[in-house]
Amino acid sequence: MDRYDPLIASGIAAAIPLVYAALGELVAERAGVLNLGVEGMMLVGALAAFATVAVGGGLTLALGAAMLAGVAAALAFAVLTLTLQANQVAAGLALTILGTGVSAFLGRGYVGFRAPATFEDLPIPGLSGLPVIGPLFSLNLLGYAAIAMLALTSWFLFRTRAGLALRAVGESPAVAHALGLRVTRIRYAAVLFGGAMAGVAGCYYAVAQFKMWQEGLTAGNGWIALALVVFAAWRPWRTALGALLFGGVTGFGLYLQAAGVHVSPFLLGSLPYLATIAALVAVSASPQLLRRHAPASLGRPFFAGD
Amino acid sequence: MLWSSPLIAVALTFALGAAVFAAMGQPPLAALHALFVSPLTDMNGVAELLLKASPLCLIALGLAVGFRSNIWNIGAEGQMYIGAVFATGLAIHFQARWGGWMLPAMILAGIAGGLAWAAIVAALRAHLHASEILVSLMLTYVAALIVKYLVFGPWQDPAANNFPFTVSFEDNALFSPLMNYVAALEGTRLNTSLLLTLAAIPLTWVFMKLSFTGFQLRVAGDAPAAARYAGHSEKRAIWIALLISGAAAGLAGVTEVAGPIGQLNDRWTPGYGFTAIIVAALGRLHPVGIAVAALLMALLYIGGETAQVALQLPRAISYVFQGLLLMALLACEVLVHFRVQWTATTRSSQAA
Repeated sequence: MDRYDPLIASGIAAAIPLVYAALGELVAERAGVLNLGVEGMMLVGALAAFATVAVGGGLTLALGAAMLAGVAAALAFAVLTLTLQANQVAAGLALTILGTGVSAFLGRGYVGFRAPATFEDLPIPGLSGLPVIGPLFSLNLLGYAAIAMLALTSWFLFRTRAGLALRAVGESPAVAHALGLRVTRIRYAAVLFGGAMAGVAGCYYAVAQFKMWQEGLTAGNGWIALALVVFAAWRPWRTALGALLFGGVTGFGLYLQAAGVHVSPFLLGSLPYLATIAALVAVSASPQLLRRHAPASLGRPFFAGD
Repeated sequence: MLWSSPLIAVALTFALGAAVFAAMGQPPLAALHALFVSPLTDMNGVAELLLKASPLCLIALGLAVGFRSNIWNIGAEGQMYIGAVFATGLAIHFQARWGGWMLPAMILAGIAGGLAWAAIVAALRAHLHASEILVSLMLTYVAALIVKYLVFGPWQDPAANNFPFTVSFEDNALFSPLMNYVAALEGTRLNTSLLLTLAAIPLTWVFMKLSFTGFQLRVAGDAPAAARYAGHSEKRAIWIALLISGAAAGLAGVTEVAGPIGQLNDRWTPGYGFTAIIVAALGRLHPVGIAVAALLMALLYIGGETAQVALQLPRAISYVFQGLLLMALLACEVLVHFRVQWTATTRSSQAA
């Protein structure tokens, strides 16, 4: 064990939920839907997971409940934006406000308890002792599944017909519609997938990382996930890279504190947000580059009657 | 439909709220009455309503200017924090010396603080193309942490036993109570900052409706292609939209710390900067609509506080109502953009 291991481990722990949330949002955005409600979906997912273990349900049930809660929240957003053609930015904000409020309201009885069942680390014998990359081999179940999910999403988007259809809908819904693709149905599926993934991210915070519930547990990480999608130029594997980077910044702050460096924890706490801004600026500075990668119809409603 | 859809949305929200209460085993009508009608039966209740509506209205007026030109500043909360921080910095260091100049200086400092925080967003958006939505929001988290750092650290009141707040402001660093001038307001917390909000309503209307810059902003939002063709600078629109909303939010920060709060602490705002987004949308980005919407949202806050005391419900209930209201409003937008036609479904059996 060298002295950087805890730093790397805490960085990875912070990265995993970001990977889930960013992957879900990435799929939705690839279908042309900008859902700013990630934070809200994560919070209802987190509460659903915590409430499930609190009443004695198992971890599988908690994960299921979190995904279901995320999907339900995403469904409200989808009905507003895809069926009723509401503005996606405003609807996403509404979802975050509502998700924050509902989770705080329903979760008041769970504040201050430790989660009775949690996802524990499952080190792979031999590999987990390796220097530097060791922490990658002592993740919990959700951590390993995140890696599988990355591979699966990437394969689906770029190697399957359904993935091609989804991307076509995001680039040009009118053409996709003319080709006989069911634009609205595909967008619904993409948004609901995003909800499920945000739910998993919330579940991770509640019963794997923090192991508790409190108001606003996700502390803006839903918004960081949104920025990650841009940073990753809508490529699944790059979200992992970005998430590790952000996780690293969070871990770095904790590390400095542990090392006894005299900086206010509040100022250190602002590092991830500042890093997010820096990353956004770095990838956005060239508008041509951004335009080439962004799904062409991102955020625009599609109405088959046009 | 343009103006009736907000009304339908409000009715829908209260209906949903009644359903929530019924599900929780509270008699719905009595609960709604306790939350939203009984707090307004005396002068003090009305004053509290105005006290909360004032910052909401101020921030929303600024935001509406940006939303009109399709600039989504959702970090007004952070701009308000920094406005409050700037004003507080002056107050706690100079209130013993600056006398009558204290409050005007704080107002200017607060506006400057909001401007500065929004200027970061504007610079990154206009010149480096970073999403103003994400940047302004990230900066809100940073601003909240700066406030925490200050009130737990260098600005903490030495006599506060480690509680996170600054020293209380002296009278010259506070807006004077309106009850000094109007006898009917005796005992209320209303202060002269309300007059600033009342002045801002017509000012915003004049700016958006009558000034050329306001016209350019409206064109930029309604028809971006036309704006580009006419040679309106997009960068200029971004800067103006963000600076105006930042200044308004900064000012609102001053009216709070130099008003009902009277100091800076770590939980001085119930999220006015976020709620103002809903106020702007509900008021259809029109100054008068915004004033009415601000009163309504203030009522939701007061209802939330009453719920806390009277029904032992958590304060988060007001966020639930706010979210529901915005969702209902967006759902009703469909009535503005489309005309619903009820048609008999043609069944294939008829064709056969």
